[in-house]
Amino acid sequence: MSNKNKITAKQVSVFYGSKQALFDVDLNIAEKEVTALIGPSGCGKSTFIRCLNRMNDVIDICKVEGNIEIDGQDIYDNSVDVVQLREKVGMVFQKPNPFPKSIYENISYGPNIHGIAKDKTHMDEIVETSLKRAALWDEVKDRLDQPGTGLSGGQQQRLCIARAISINPEVILMDEPCSALDPIATAKIESLIDELKSLYTIAIVTHSMAQAARVSQHTGFFHLGKLIEFDSTEKIFKNPEDKMTQDYITGRFG
Amino acid sequence: MNSILILALILFGLTSFYFGKSRIKKVTTNGAFEPKALPHFYGYYQALWCALPALVIISIWTVFEPLILKNVIENKIQIASLNELSKDELNLIYSQIVSFAQGNFSGQITKGIESGAITYKNLLSISQGAKIILFFCAIIAASLFAYNQINKNVHAREGVEKALTVILFLSSVAAILTTIGIIFSLLFETIQFFSKINPLDFFFGLGWSPQKAFISDPTSLTPQEAKDLKEAFGAVPLFAGTAFIAFIAMCVAVPIGLYSGIYLAEYATTKQRKWGKPIIEILAGVPTVVYGFFAALTVGPFFRVIGDSIGLEVSSESALAAGLVMGVMIIPFVSSLSDDVINAVPQSLREGSYAMGATKSETIKKVVFPAALPGIVGSILLAVSRAVGETMIVVMAAGLAANLTINPLEATTTITTQIVMILVGDQEFTSAKTQSAFALGLTLFVLTLILNFIALRIVKKYREKYD
Ligand SMILES: Nc1ncnc2c1ncn2[C@@H]1O[C@H](COP(=O)(O)OP(=O)(O)OP(=O)(O)O)[C@@H](O)[C@H]1O
Ligand SMILES: [Mg+2]
Repeated sequence: MSNKNKITAKQVSVFYGSKQALFDVDLNIAEKEVTALIGPSGCGKSTFIRCLNRMNDVIDICKVEGNIEIDGQDIYDNSVDVVQLREKVGMVFQKPNPFPKSIYENISYGPNIHGIAKDKTHMDEIVETSLKRAALWDEVKDRLDQPGTGLSGGQQQRLCIARAISINPEVILMDEPCSALDPIATAKIESLIDELKSLYTIAIVTHSMAQAARVSQHTGFFHLGKLIEFDSTEKIFKNPEDKMTQDYITGRFG
Repeated sequence: MNSILILALILFGLTSFYFGKSRIKKVTTNGAFEPKALPHFYGYYQALWCALPALVIISIWTVFEPLILKNVIENKIQIASLNELSKDELNLIYSQIVSFAQGNFSGQITKGIESGAITYKNLLSISQGAKIILFFCAIIAASLFAYNQINKNVHAREGVEKALTVILFLSSVAAILTTIGIIFSLLFETIQFFSKINPLDFFFGLGWSPQKAFISDPTSLTPQEAKDLKEAFGAVPLFAGTAFIAFIAMCVAVPIGLYSGIYLAEYATTKQRKWGKPIIEILAGVPTVVYGFFAALTVGPFFRVIGDSIGLEVSSESALAAGLVMGVMIIPFVSSLSDDVINAVPQSLREGSYAMGATKSETIKKVVFPAALPGIVGSILLAVSRAVGETMIVVMAAGLAANLTINPLEATTTITTQIVMILVGDQEFTSAKTQSAFALGLTLFVLTLILNFIALRIVKKYREKYD
């Protein structure tokens, strides 16, 4: 059932100053499927996922080597505009980070800076579809003008997802999107991810084996900055090649 | 005298500390008791008991001795004199006696003063003797008591903690009482002032010329005097001048301070920040007199020369010069505070914005700045209250003439300048002119209080949101 690769990463190494955080990672992310990245804390999952939309550029001391292509285009090439890259590759963070603005403005933020909406009605439409896709519309439709920070944690995270899809990206990166949420909110987001994958390519970092097994089609296991094993989720969870992967998944790690 | 006693007290205290410490070790080593606290607590315990009662005695003497002496001597003077003396006369004679007794009296010496001085000296030596005896008695008695307690293995830590609490409490009470005292003296004089001048004339009158308010006999005013008095204390020009100069200052300080704050917080590399921030903060450490003569001697004349060369009449003391320099003085407040506030905006918000494909300037404009806005407003209000209360620069550079003008090139005056002007030189304490300084001071105080209150409220509320 493997689709074509949306993102291909080859020999990616990342350095924070003189400290190397990733070692020659080769990993492909398939289009319109969910790829999960798992591994113990500090193994470089966030570092890797942040390479894919060049969020690491924000960190002065961070240096990325190797080759990452999205749709065959090298995203670290000089000709690439980060703004356009990030328009195409959205991101949802570990801790919900809605802007201290109204719910409406949170969603309209992206379309505004990219000039996507033709007029007010179009913007209203974008806000509505984004919130609907993020399964938040029914809960907030009567209070769009209230601050996004006033929502519950789970609602905030869905707001952030809605914000990410408001500019219609092709890829959505999620870095432990459920780690701050309770099981019910987590379940909502998981089923949301399941729906979203028909429209978007998704990469998700998670600490929950169960979550990786539930939502993803491919799984990569990282350890100490190296990609130990990468395969279909089924294979990784049923019979992994590597002893370390086996141990990690069964909780016998360490 | 007191300083010797206090020196002795410190010595005794230190000895007591070591004494108490070794005492408890001795008491407990033979196994009779388990000590209830670490040995140094017993040291403090002994030292506190040694020092505090004696200290109380010294303070009581310092406060009451002069009062009692004065009372006794004045009674004697009154009895010795043939006719009834007024309070002022008594005061005068008493102070003559005291200065004669201390050996630095330069006026004409009379028999009365001489005998008064002898009585004074006698009384003083009795009182001092009593003080010293009591002082040592207190030390000995209290030390013995503490020693005894330690022998009984008292709860030294609790005692010490309690004593510390009381000391800290008394310090804060002293601070609060001083503030309240200042406010009340301001209030009192202001009320006196308003009993002479209608508050409406003060707050809404358009002319300020306190030197006109000359009254020969306060019990019966001539119509001319009454009219002068009514027109002398219109403070509107001062309020306007203060606001005007503060406004000019903020026009300088807000943009520059804010932009440099944004640069420091968002654009500067760690190294630039490490150097830049302290350098800007040095500006805040320059004494205001230095700014003052900079304004008066450099900026003011500079504007006048420029003005002359383009045919504008600029007075060498101008609101513009004072406001400009004051603005420079305030830059570090605005910059440093807004830098802090902007830094307090969580990094996750910036990342959220970058991840949407926003550029750095878009992120700052649309996310960081609005998020920091309440804090920035608060810091600007704090800066305004600084500007309103600033004295030195305006005294030196803004001029004294109470012009009601909005021409920045003319001299204007401010509340603070006028307070200084009224209070320098010899003053009759009860004249309306002197008291007007208190009314101005109180107005200024209330004004800055309100500004600070609002500013701190805003800043605090904003902090809560992210903590
Ligand atoms: N900004 C940074 N500066 C320096 N070192 C960093 C920085 N961010 C991450 N690192 C280092 O890079 C390594 C990988 O970090 P990363 O955040 O990618 O781990 P992670 O797998 O996401 O861990 P977790 O599951 O705890 O989020 C760690 O050793 C970390 O200390
Ligand atoms: Mg991480």
